[in-house]
Amino acid sequence: MTDTMGAQAEAGTPDGPGAKRYVRPYGDTTGDGMAQLSFTLPVPHGPRADGAAQQLANKMGMDPAMVVHSHPIGADFTFFVVYGSVSHLVDLDTVRVVEREFPLLTPSEVNADVKKLLRRKLVVVGACIGTDAHTVGIDAILNIKGFAGEKGLEYYRELRVVNLGAQVSVPELVRQARADKADAVLISQVVTQRDAHILNTQEMSAAFREAMGDRRPLLIAGGPRFDPLMAGELGVDRVFSRGTTPGEVASYLVHAVRTKRGATV
Amino acid sequence: MTAPPAAISPTGLLNLDPTVVATARRLAARAAEPVVAMARAHTTVAVERATLRLAGITGADSTHRAGDVPWVNRVVDTVREHCGLEHGAVLPVFHALREHNLGTLTELAEATAAGQVRYTVPDGRDRDRAAKAGRTAVARGLRTVDRNRAQRDRLVGRLGDPKQRPWIYLIVATGDIDEDVVQAANAARAGADIIAVIRSTGQSLLDYVPEGATHHGFAGTYATQENFRIMRAALDEVSKEVGRYVRLTNYASGLCMPEIAVLAGLQRLDMMLNDSMYGILFRDINPVRTFVDQRFSRQVHARAGIIINTGEDNYLTTADAVDAAHTVTVSQLLNEHFAHEAGLPDHLLGLGHAFEINPTIPDSFRLELAHALLARELFPDAPLKWMPPTKHMTGDVFNGYLLDGFFNLAGVLTGQSILLVGMMTEAVVTPFLSDRDLALANVRYVLGAAGALAEDFRPAPDGLIVTRAKQVLGEAVDLLERIVDDGLLNAIADGTFGLMKRPADRGKGVDGVVEKADGYCNPASELLESGQSEEGATA
Repeated sequence: MTDTMGAQAEAGTPDGPGAKRYVRPYGDTTGDGMAQLSFTLPVPHGPRADGAAQQLANKMGMDPAMVVHSHPIGADFTFFVVYGSVSHLVDLDTVRVVEREFPLLTPSEVNADVKKLLRRKLVVVGACIGTDAHTVGIDAILNIKGFAGEKGLEYYRELRVVNLGAQVSVPELVRQARADKADAVLISQVVTQRDAHILNTQEMSAAFREAMGDRRPLLIAGGPRFDPLMAGELGVDRVFSRGTTPGEVASYLVHAVRTKRGATV
Repeated sequence: MTAPPAAISPTGLLNLDPTVVATARRLAARAAEPVVAMARAHTTVAVERATLRLAGITGADSTHRAGDVPWVNRVVDTVREHCGLEHGAVLPVFHALREHNLGTLTELAEATAAGQVRYTVPDGRDRDRAAKAGRTAVARGLRTVDRNRAQRDRLVGRLGDPKQRPWIYLIVATGDIDEDVVQAANAARAGADIIAVIRSTGQSLLDYVPEGATHHGFAGTYATQENFRIMRAALDEVSKEVGRYVRLTNYASGLCMPEIAVLAGLQRLDMMLNDSMYGILFRDINPVRTFVDQRFSRQVHARAGIIINTGEDNYLTTADAVDAAHTVTVSQLLNEHFAHEAGLPDHLLGLGHAFEINPTIPDSFRLELAHALLARELFPDAPLKWMPPTKHMTGDVFNGYLLDGFFNLAGVLTGQSILLVGMMTEAVVTPFLSDRDLALANVRYVLGAAGALAEDFRPAPDGLIVTRAKQVLGEAVDLLERIVDDGLLNAIADGTFGLMKRPADRGKGVDGVVEKADGYCNPASELLESGQSEEGATA
């Protein structure tokens, strides 16, 4: 890849900005490549620190790089602001993004969609199954307190949340899900040994299939040791792994209900 | 003394009607009355554990298959199994101690774990002896709390309070207490007056307090007695270095609220987050459990000279900050009443509120000033805690830095007492070293440029700020009237606060609530209620 290619692509596009294949950052002139950057180095403030910042910026592809500001943070650190032109080009044709199979919705969009789809509240039953007593995960998703700045599912007006807590047995979970007419069952597994999280989840999904067949609720498993690709093996509809936020789960629920309806109606 | 120096506190700017203010307080007291009566009539497993911790029990059973179980949990659970907790844990525990001729509560705990102890509620002379022994042991614990309070006063006298108001409050949270110590010391050197160590996610729902120094928290560090000790010792060192007493904050909330309060008193923590309704609303903890635990924990805080921080900021993260502004005022009034009832004076009452109005609505800053001034004027002697924007911090750190600047300005302009420093990386990452440094630079700039601006600040008598503040107070009075009619527990059950419905017979920890029997005995409650210290204290 050469600069000329980029220049040609940028210069020779009569179809407007959307048609460009190669792009670089825009400061105040097309193709100037200007970017800003701030960081801290564990170096005492002074000319040597500024030089070190310059070198880092150069290595990051910024050339020329201007260290426009630096100040000490304590005796051992220096903070920098750097402006400069980056030499890299972005080839838009090679950009690959992981597509989530569902759009992320805001709480009010989730509420509106549930209302429209079901004309009643969507019932979510959650539990930690097996011997796992760590409700951190299920509580982060369900409690109004939420996680990562997002409110938990309890916050959603059109969701009715039943949190059964920890150490819930599978028969108990099935019974409760039935009693509450659950649309979705969320199970969490945080601390497990010897693949207990897998066996527990398989036991759970088998029990729901046996008890309710096709009328079973959506089954969703979550926990840091799960891999999202394991849904089939576990017999559940969706697996969420580390770092999942309540908003993602809520958005998925809307998506799954919509898909299910589409299939059956 | 730890009483805060008078800040440049604007008062009388809003020209609030004193009869409306008095009505609001009277209604809050009436709303709280049945809850206080209920709190007096019950005890909880956590109150009993806290009492035994004051009486000197420490350590954990490390041989249990479920991992370390604190000895105090083993003992209280066993007492409950054998003879119930209606009479309190002190009578059966100290009776058993004498019957088995054991020297310490830890030996008793070991014997309990080995199945060698059968707990019973003693009567007659046995009862008197057990009560007396328990009272002596608890009084010894309270003397440690008293000594710590005196030591804090001495250190503040020697090193001094922060030179400016508001005091600058910074959070550290690495999960590893040793790393926290490094960050806390650096934060203090950079200007922090108060260090808060955030707890590990979900600790509030643990029905036991973990033991020892911990190094693996989730988004925070476990609150343990040893972690408290380590951090307080580190801050004592850095206090000497920076020439002012740096305060330490942790969280007396969740299922172990009373125990954490006791540990804070035993390790000379200076401030504790302690809200009357937070656990109910945001953690789905049983309301009765919460009010009982809260009352005991506040009595301990009062005794220890610990400033409580209430959590009204949380309402505004779930509800709209304009529409729900009056729920903050109502909660502050309730928190004030519960705190006074538990013996906390105004100068230990860090009532909370927050800068959470959507910045895109017109006049958002003027509305913030109205709300902040209202809190200031309603509670002139309380060290109010002013909390930074979180809900409208989007990841656009440049905009966030500007918003934090306005938050700081509102803080100094309305005479707030404790300022939690806002981070531009809120909701993005845990703050970098540089984020914290920039945040403190923001505070320093505003303090330097506008710290005394309150002197010149006179909102127009019929202007938006004054009108809005009066409106919010009026709405608060209306809501309090409804709460008095309905009952506070019913109001909580109906979703009046933070939109959450929390029935009194549901929620986590409900199993741990016990109605007191006539012969209930708890020397900690007695000594805390009476404010006595040295009684029964034969060494």
